[in-house]
Amino acid sequence: MKTMFALGAIAALAIAAPAAAQAPTDPQIAHIAYTAGQIDVEAGRQALRISHNQAVRAFAETMVRDHEAVNRQALALVQRLHVTPEANATSTALTAQAAAARDRLSHLTGAAFDRAYVANEIAFHRTVNGALRDTLIPNAHNAELKSLLESGLALFTEHQTHAEHMAQALR
Amino acid sequence: MRRAALAVALVALAAASPALAADHVVVLSNMRFGALPANLRVGDTITWENRDIVAHTASARDRSFDVTLQPHQARRITLRHAGPVAFYCRYHPAMQGELRVAAR
Ligand SMILES: [Cu+2]
Repeated sequence: MKTMFALGAIAALAIAAPAAAQAPTDPQIAHIAYTAGQIDVEAGRQALRISHNQAVRAFAETMVRDHEAVNRQALALVQRLHVTPEANATSTALTAQAAAARDRLSHLTGAAFDRAYVANEIAFHRTVNGALRDTLIPNAHNAELKSLLESGLALFTEHQTHAEHMAQALR
Repeated sequence: MRRAALAVALVALAAASPALAADHVVVLSNMRFGALPANLRVGDTITWENRDIVAHTASARDRSFDVTLQPHQARRITLRHAGPVAFYCRYHPAMQGELRVAAR
């Protein structure tokens, strides 16, 4: 549990850092947003392999469906704009954190898995939404990229609320 | 005789539709159901128009309708009974609303 919070803090820090030090560029922003989406698709697929809880599975299906849809749009956009997403410290930290979470969850089953998956989804969406609001959207230069990130924030805010309600029900 | 039949048909038509059934549009955008139509009546239709880049559903809690809307897809349902009808999106439960349907 302590490890999870520590990792969460590191990712939050890494995501917040560019704002203070150096604003992320559009190619970096695109890479961070795309990476976050892929991470949640992977997490959803893991939940669909392990969970037997109907509400958790429905949520996981929505995560896969929605984040794939947003990333399809993101990919189409960067291709149209001839922007090459650029790896950076934030997306690397997010990927490392996600791998650790996936590994930790892989040792769980049943209600313990469900609770841990949902708790992780809440923490993850909270981190990503904070980053979108405070760093990624304000720093996006291209209007279409900004607009896509704003659509993403509205969507992921609903995901966070959804996960928070599920956590109440799973207690 | 033919004229009588026509008169009967016209009367039946008038009785069935004090006003013709109307089609209303509800737009889904930015993770919200947009403005809901007032003055809904049984027999009216609602076209749900999804302008988001993700799929949604418009699902009645009493199961009187349930449509899945792919991104940028519109689908129409007919209101079959009077009363309040609570509805929501099965994918995004924070999206919800209530229709008020009057008898015709
Ligand atoms: Cu929805």
